[in-house]
Amino acid sequence: MAELRLSGVAKRYGGTVEVLRDIDLEIARGELIVFVGPSGCGKSTLLRMIAGLESISDGVLEIEGRVVNDIPPAQRGIAMVFQSYALYPHMTVRENMAFALKLARKSRTEIDAAVAAAAEKLQLTDYLDRLPKALSGGQRQRVAIGRAIVRDPKVYLFDEPLSNLDAALRVATRIEIAQLKEQMPDSTMIYVTHDQVEAMTLASRIVVLANKGIAQVGTPLELYDSPENEFVARFIGSPAMNLLAGRITQSGAQTRVALDGGGQALVAIPTGAEDLGAAVNLGVRPEDLEETTGDYVLGGRVAITEALGEHTLLYLGEEGPGDARIAKLPGTRSALRGTDIRLTARPDKLHLFRDGRSMKPR
Amino acid sequence: MSPALQGLVMIVLGVGGCVGYFYGANLLLDRVIFPARGAQAGRNINRANLVRPWLFLLPALVALSLYLVYPVIETLRLSLTDRSQGGAFVGLANYRQMAAEPKFWEAMRNNLMWLVVVPALSTGFGLLAAQLTDRIRWGNIAKSIIFMPMAISFVGAAVIWKLVYDARPEGTEQIGVLNALYLWLGGAEPQQWLTLIPANTFLLMIVLIWVQTGFAMVILSAALRGIPEDTIEAAIIDGAGPMQVFFRIKVPQIASTIVVVWTTITLVVLKVFDIVFAMTNGQWGTQVLANYMYDKMFRANDWGLGSASAMVIMLLVLPILIWNVRTARREMR
Repeated sequence: MAELRLSGVAKRYGGTVEVLRDIDLEIARGELIVFVGPSGCGKSTLLRMIAGLESISDGVLEIEGRVVNDIPPAQRGIAMVFQSYALYPHMTVRENMAFALKLARKSRTEIDAAVAAAAEKLQLTDYLDRLPKALSGGQRQRVAIGRAIVRDPKVYLFDEPLSNLDAALRVATRIEIAQLKEQMPDSTMIYVTHDQVEAMTLASRIVVLANKGIAQVGTPLELYDSPENEFVARFIGSPAMNLLAGRITQSGAQTRVALDGGGQALVAIPTGAEDLGAAVNLGVRPEDLEETTGDYVLGGRVAITEALGEHTLLYLGEEGPGDARIAKLPGTRSALRGTDIRLTARPDKLHLFRDGRSMKPR
Repeated sequence: MSPALQGLVMIVLGVGGCVGYFYGANLLLDRVIFPARGAQAGRNINRANLVRPWLFLLPALVALSLYLVYPVIETLRLSLTDRSQGGAFVGLANYRQMAAEPKFWEAMRNNLMWLVVVPALSTGFGLLAAQLTDRIRWGNIAKSIIFMPMAISFVGAAVIWKLVYDARPEGTEQIGVLNALYLWLGGAEPQQWLTLIPANTFLLMIVLIWVQTGFAMVILSAALRGIPEDTIEAAIIDGAGPMQVFFRIKVPQIASTIVVVWTTITLVVLKVFDIVFAMTNGQWGTQVLANYMYDKMFRANDWGLGSASAMVIMLLVLPILIWNVRTARREMR
């Protein structure tokens, strides 16, 4: 049964400014769902609507089969971890964690037990009597998570919980969250981030939000291997997928594409005779490109090289870095700078998009 | 020369003098006394930087010691002398005499009452106004109106409220709002509000509360806006209702600001003079210390007793002042 179901959910401000529309999503118990998307895509708004901090303009939100559109946040069975931790500065760690339980008029012994258990799980036992200002960023983050845990919610909501931490701590805390999820296999988590790596490593499924709606939902590798549209193709993976304009010259079980840039590509995607001559975009990930002397997908002069040790990024073409075609070759290949290069990729590694949609059958 | 022109000239001379002093003194320090050149340039720059703060503080220090420290010492001295004996040293005789006067204890008692009621109500109403006006569209207009009395002098405020409390003989049209209200509510005859003990003291307090609420509101409103929105949202998710959010999340987070506002108003209250002076002049049991001092000093011309009461006021203000400065300093850190 779906733990959380969104049907036709929309968000409008002042009746006219539409932020989200037609969000349909089912989340099963125990999933860790990550919302990703460019800034301003409404991913935080969607999370806040689930939390009850924003009203739902249209559609239905159900948690465990109960419509909660008009139910106050505290009674939805959710807990939220904020980007800024949002700890109560005048309360000790213990009081911070106990606050919700106190408001719920739980007994003293019950509160103490819940706080102790959460503190144990998060290695906060020694800090229970400290004020938040006497804690490090990572500890504060753990208190914020602890505050959520003690309430034993059905759904945990994380709003970019790691973006205030420095890079090293972010990786460590990311792993801690993954471990925490393993310890609590039945709890459902929704996690908002703009960081792809967080999304790819944590998610059981990723929801990519763009253009006021859901661009694609899938496991991290589904999104990487089979993006349904150009937006997801470009959004997932770093550096982003190259999109090369071309025309279908031969259809069948495999499709041949003549590229406007002069290259040729054989793609392991079946097309019909009606697609012959259609204008398409060929998608190829930088890491799938390899050097060739024969037919090439991408060719040109290497404008810039970036040697990162384990691999080298090549920027092809005269345009600025924003429009450049990028290839990722193993090892250090700085010597390629200024030379002409021909690159190709295996047919099963190539993607085809027509009118922005993937032509891959599903 | 017309007085207005004279004033203008004085302003120009005064401001010009200040600018001239700071600019000239600074120039003198950098160019002549410790020039930043030659063999000792580095040492000179360091020395100039050591001297500079004192140079800039000098006018303030001089003015403060001339107009604040000296009068305190002189007041202390005067409080130990007797005018009728040609200024002879009489020890604590003035203080003893004061302690024997019922009017002094009335003033002490009233001051204490002012001290309890006015800061509490001003801060309370200010907090309420700050919270309520932050949430509504026309809140800023409401705020301006509530803040406006701050721009009125205490004497002006006293005159306004004297009209509110005004009483006309029975049967004639009442111009006092309070009496109009009182009669409308079924009161038998117009009351001379300012002669009613002990209500009159509270009626005087209302004037100061009216003035100070705006101050409290402005400071507390800024503090309330400084509270991270996240902590409020977290509390809502934790199940806190509006009252709990206000009292358990918002108020504790601005506690130190509330203390500063409270103590600042307390200092104003301890020095309260104009309102009582202009409205009842301490009659009908409304005497306060500052007005008592004025009575002794300038009406009875007894500078011994007047100085003694001034010392009492200072001793009462001092601990709160120190505390206030300390809290404010901690705030800034």
